[in-house]
Amino acid sequence: MSIESCPIVLTVNGETVIENVEPRTTLVDFLRDSLGLTGTRTGCEHGVCGTCTVRVDGTIVRGCLMLAVQCDGARVETIEGVSDTGEIADLQENFRLRNALQCGFCTPGILLTAQELLSRGGMPDREAIRLHLSGNYCRCTGYQAIIDAVETTARQRTGTNS
Amino acid sequence: MKPAAFAYARARSVEHAISLLGEHQGDARLLAGGQSLIATLNMRLSSPSLLVDINRLPDLGAISVTAGIVEFGALVRHVQAEQSETVARYAPLIARAMPHIAHPAIRNRGTIGGSIAFADPAAELPACIVALGGELEIAGPHGRRSVSAEAFFKGMFETELGPHDLLTAIRVPAADAKTRAGFAELARRHGDYALTGLAACARATAGGLSDVHLAYFGVGTMPVRARNAEAALDAGDIENAVRAIATDLDPAGDLHASAELKSHLAGVLLRRVFRQLSEQPT
Ligand SMILES: Cc1cc2nc3c(=O)[nH]c(=O)nc-3n(C[C@H](O)[C@H](O)[C@H](O)COP(=O)(O)OP(=O)(O)OC[C@H]3O[C@@H](n4cnc5c(N)ncnc54)[C@H](O)[C@@H]3O)c2cc1C
Ligand code: FES
Ligand code: FES
Repeated sequence: MSIESCPIVLTVNGETVIENVEPRTTLVDFLRDSLGLTGTRTGCEHGVCGTCTVRVDGTIVRGCLMLAVQCDGARVETIEGVSDTGEIADLQENFRLRNALQCGFCTPGILLTAQELLSRGGMPDREAIRLHLSGNYCRCTGYQAIIDAVETTARQRTGTNS
Repeated sequence: MKPAAFAYARARSVEHAISLLGEHQGDARLLAGGQSLIATLNMRLSSPSLLVDINRLPDLGAISVTAGIVEFGALVRHVQAEQSETVARYAPLIARAMPHIAHPAIRNRGTIGGSIAFADPAAELPACIVALGGELEIAGPHGRRSVSAEAFFKGMFETELGPHDLLTAIRVPAADAKTRAGFAELARRHGDYALTGLAACARATAGGLSDVHLAYFGVGTMPVRARNAEAALDAGDIENAVRAIATDLDPAGDLHASAELKSHLAGVLLRRVFRQLSEQPT
């Protein structure tokens, strides 16, 4: 019990990381500032915008609403890791083809959030895609292209015709 | 913004959590899902000296049904309740409310206990628990006690929980074939806190409904029962019920909606919910 740094051991994108963190350090700041993984962004820092989205033990979380010290023993995955493994290569390609990003600030969070929905399998309709992405702001695209790209990916993955 | 410095301790048991709270004399906070607490720390609306992390406490993460009662451990995550077949079958009101609570990433972390302990006046679960006539189990320095939902909520962000108490379980009566549930809310963006919302349950009778319970949220400092409207619906009169809302509710306007808008929406929601209550569940 200390405001001094606490030791944590976790895996980030498959690699073991051993660090000392101050309890007040959020997961997103830890990833960006201590590990240099700047694909995950900070926006509002109070849970509203979704740009800090990362995966902890397989499920998406707000990186600004979880403390790094809570991730002791956890498996953390960021956009860098999920891109490198090729897990979402098709989704990324569909974002590119459909111009579903402009400045790209929101994109890592949106990709990880969409991937959670897609990985459940089945063919989500546009309403289900919208609801799943309801917590992610995009200030550039107006969302339609994002929904299109996710829908196309779902169709390709499930072999559903349009 | 970034939070002010605090110490961090991981509770090993309910008793350990309570004793850590006691040592810090009201300056420590329990950390459950963190989806409200860490946001307030980031904004420096609060700066406790210690966070007591209860996420790894065993035994508070289950949903069970025994003897006509559905029990949620305080650490049941929103997503767990949302996807639970037990909840869909035995607590259909809560099942209907879950998708409206925040967004998927937040539901992955946020807990049922945290939502109820936090007691946001616009939150869904406190209203559901009040409508269902639920019961909350609290562990404190002097042992455990149970309180009814109506006694638990005391005001804006204010509950029966003292500074050294931990909410351990939430209990609601299990639904049977005659139970009807209705839920509707209006928010600016799906998943955000509601401008106004309504959680309701009733019993189906041969001619209509009885035991209608209506609990509004977002219209006062805590969930508000609309008792005159309930009586009107017991009598099968939706027009009277909508009129009765004017005497039952006295919403104050806020940043998001004026008092007039909230009152109007309360009537709109009542019609929607009445339709749901009147339908056979599928
Ligand atoms: C963008 C956004 C939108 C949201 N929208 C909604 C919404 O529409 N509806 C809604 O209901 N919620 C909403 N929430 C809040 C979310 O549901 C939270 O998960 C919930 O309010 C708090 O639960 P938690 O487990 O995260 O608690 P925490 O944030 O960990 O704790 C909240 C408070 O409760 C106390 N506490 C927690 N657990 C216990 C316990 N077992 N015993 C005693 N005290 C306890 C803590 O000490 C703290 O003071 C939203 C949050 C965000 C960030
Ligand atoms: S930075 Fe985390 S939700 Fe906006
Ligand atoms: S692409 Fe700029 S915010 Fe979404």
